[in-house]
Parts: sequence; structure tokens; C-alpha cells
Amino acid sequence: MTWRPAVVVAAALLGLAGCTGSSASPDDAASTTSAETSTSSEITGTLTVFGAASLTDVFTELGDRLMADHQGLDIQFNFAGSSALATQITQGAPADVFASADEVQMAKVTDADLAKNPEVFATNALMLVVPADNPMGIALPGGGGIPSLTEILDHDVTMAVCAPEVPCGAAAAKVLEAAGMSAYPDTYEDDVRAVLTKVELGEVDGGLVYVSDVHAAGDKVLAFGFSESLQAINRYPIAALTDSPNPAAAQAFVDLVLSDDGQQILRDAGFLEP
Amino acid sequence: MTRPREGTGIPAPLLIPAAVGVAFLVLPVVGLLVRTPWSDLGPLLTAPAVGEALRLSVVSATIATLLSLLMGVPLAWVLARSRIRGRALLRALVTVPLVLPPVVGGVALFLVLGRQGLIGRWLFEQFDVTIPFTTAAVVIAETFVAMPFLVISVEGALRAADARFEDAAATLGAGRWTTFRRVTLPLVAPGIGAGAVLCWARALGEFGATITFAGNYPGTTQTMPLAVYLALQEDSEAAIALSLVLLVVSLATLLLLRDRWLGRTTAPVA
Repeated sequence: MTWRPAVVVAAALLGLAGCTGSSASPDDAASTTSAETSTSSEITGTLTVFGAASLTDVFTELGDRLMADHQGLDIQFNFAGSSALATQITQGAPADVFASADEVQMAKVTDADLAKNPEVFATNALMLVVPADNPMGIALPGGGGIPSLTEILDHDVTMAVCAPEVPCGAAAAKVLEAAGMSAYPDTYEDDVRAVLTKVELGEVDGGLVYVSDVHAAGDKVLAFGFSESLQAINRYPIAALTDSPNPAAAQAFVDLVLSDDGQQILRDAGFLEP
Repeated sequence: MTRPREGTGIPAPLLIPAAVGVAFLVLPVVGLLVRTPWSDLGPLLTAPAVGEALRLSVVSATIATLLSLLMGVPLAWVLARSRIRGRALLRALVTVPLVLPPVVGGVALFLVLGRQGLIGRWLFEQFDVTIPFTTAAVVIAETFVAMPFLVISVEGALRAADARFEDAAATLGAGRWTTFRRVTLPLVAPGIGAGAVLCWARALGEFGATITFAGNYPGTTQTMPLAVYLALQEDSEAAIALSLVLLVVSLATLLLLRDRWLGRTTAPVA
């Protein structure tokens, strides 16, 4: 009953959000593919990738691809809230690649001279998700158009969002402020997947997660787009770290993420164009 | 006291690892003190969120300790004195939270008391009561993790206590309940005190089960350890300052209660 309008609005939102970023330049794609082929013979050993929690599924898939292309390469992932990862990196955690869910956390790493020239490879927007059985009967208001969050959540429900210290929480704080609902959440989770899990478990009535998390959750949640989410589009930068113990593999992974194939996988997973 | 001293009297094979052990345990605390931003400490600590988190931590740890005393002392008596069958199994079961990773404890609490949980679903449907994401959830998570420390301590004290006093009371006509109240309890009071302090300290530091089961909301469920963890992602100076507060509170508790509770016993702590 609520499914169809939710999907329509989500699609509309995706279209709108997609317009806000600029598309990747063709030069980048050309240079990355040549880099990939020229170094393919030397890529072995262990590669450690620190990725935002929202990248869990898509980076795992990209990692499997890279490992399939390069026998002898072993990729280890550390997925967590971007701020925790940035702190770990500045405290000396041995990583080769850092992909952050916003530019603020990447700036922590570049400011410490631990990475250079990060590139934005995707953007993401927030959606409201509710458990699949939708116990609180949350529905879109009639009248068409993209509704605001206040129109969807017209009565008090238990809601989980990310903590303001992590990127998805910074975005959530922005959209809640825009909606005049800053005091609405009931728990601030330390990364976006923790929010998603609590919605899937049915322990909260709603949560704010990324569009890409909605894709990852499949039919375990119902999703609603809302107009305020356009005010907080997260830009995801990636960079090979300057102290990387395995720079060749690090660059290969970054190149893969920025390549046409990598971008297509990100699109399929619900990420928006950079 | 006036014994002639020949060096430390500690053999070198024991002295060196022991010294390394001391350094290992003390250095992190020293590091915390060295890195503390003393000049900015005032503004960092007077932020309203800090007071809120500290108050919540102290209140919930204290309630958790009281609940643990209420349930844990009788449980320890059952484990130490009763002759029920399967006592060893019972002890193993109730001390599982000691070895269980706290996050797993939090998930387990969800599965029982969460809105979709065994008991939680019924509470929600019948009474519209939701436990997760409330201060009650913090207390429950802390009690779950900390009570076994009290049970183990008190059971140890009961086993070490001379049972002949209880026998004597029984021969003088005291019932089992009177004996427990008038003889056993005073006998093991120091052990109970030690266990309560340990339990309180463990509850105060609880993180994994709390953030999983109770969530993280300033004023309701954000205890000090959660505040430290999240502050570390944003502003490490604030995290260090908050850690210092927890360190001071823990040390003060230990020192305050040491003479009163721990001084007279050999602290039968597992």
C-alpha cells in the first residue's frame, strides 16, 4: 500500500539529487584505466581499505573483483563510522586506502599529511526507513510531490539516527533542523549500519539512513524520500594514503572505484553520481 | 615491620616481569594525564552534556549495584551453601556474562527484552512498554554485565567464612533465615562490600551492552563511556578530558572505600 508511492518518491529524489553533483570527467576515466593495466602485474600482498560503514557491501564486491583480477592480492576491510576511521588513521592505524562518507572526515586525514588529492567518487542522500511490517502505519501524505519529513512523521515515533559526530549523523542533524525536528530522535547510533539494523529488528519505528543502505536492506525495510534530504547530500572522497605499505595495490583500488565499472557498481548499489 | 632489609627480597625472575606488569598497567594512565589539555579543562568539563553523562553514569551504576545486591547476595548464598542439584551448572550459567563479550550481551538482551523479543514483545503489546533506548535499559544492561562480579565475590567470601558460627547459631535454635540475617550477613559484609565496589566500577565502565541495547541519547542513555567513545571521533581533547573524569571517579571510589570495605578482608575476588 505504501510501497508504490515510496518507490516513486525515492526515484524522484534520486533524479533530483543526481542533478546537484557534476559528473565525472571522461579524462579521469581514461587515465585510470591505463593506470590499472600498466600496474596489474605487480599487485600482490595485503591491501587494507578503511571504508565508511555505508560502503560495506559495494566495497566488498569491488574488493572481490580486484582479488579475482590479481591472484596473490588479499584485501582486508575495516568498515566503521568515517570519523572513527579518520581518528584511527591519524593515530597510526596501518591502512592503504581511506574512503570517507564526507569531506570533513577526509580533511582530518589530509590535514595530517596522511593523504593527498582525495577524489569524490559518489554522493549519497538520506531516506526515512521503517520496518517492513510498518507497525506504526507510516504513510506518505496525499497530494503528490516530494513530502517533507514533518508531513510523513506527523505523530511521535521511536526514531534512530546517526550520532552527529559521524557523517550520516551530521547530515541527519541538518535535515532534522531543516524540518524543525531536532529533538525528535531517540537514539544516536555510532554508524549508519547500526541505525539500519535497529530498524530491521523492529526495535525502532523509523531511522534515517542513506539511499544506498535502502538498496542494501532490500525488502527488510520500507523507504520514504523527503524533501529536506536535498539539503544534506554527502560527498564521498577516496584517497590512497601517503604512508601506504602497498601503494601499487592502493592505487589500483582507488582506480577501480573511479573507473566506469566501479562507478556502475556504485550506481547499482544506490549511490548517486559525484 | 622492623625486619632487617636485604634488598627488596624479591627474586630477579619475579621482579622483572612484575615491574613490566606495573609499567604496562600504569603507563596508559600516565599517558592520559600527560595528554590532558589542562588549560582547556574548565570549558571542556563544564559543557552541560558532560554533567548529564556523569550524573546518568553514577545514578545508573548505583541502581545497577543495588539490584545486583538484591539478587546477587541470595544467589551467592544458594551457590555457596545450598545443597541443590546442578549447582556447578547453575554457577556456570550465571557467570556467563563475565566471559561473554558485552556487545553479545546487548544483542541477547534485545532478543529477550527488545520490542520483538520474547518478553519485550508481550510487554509492548499488552502494556505499550518499550525497554530499549530508555534509562531502564541502561540499568538492565549494566546489571546484566556487572552482577556476576558481585556473585563471585560474595560466594568466595561465603566459602571462606567459618561455617561453624552458622552451625552454632543453628544448635542454639536459630532458623536458617535468622542465621543468615544475624550471623552470615555480618560475617561476609566485607566481601559483599568488595563485591559491590567491583560491581559498581564495572557498571560505571559498561559500554558494549549499553550502546547495543540502550542506544545513545544524551541525558537518557548516553553514559560517560559512550560520551568518551563518540567524543574521540570528533575531538580527541574532549575525549581525554572525559576519560580523566572517569579515572578520577574510579580512583576516588577505590580510595574512599578501600579502608572501609577492603581493608579487613583478603578481597576474595575471583
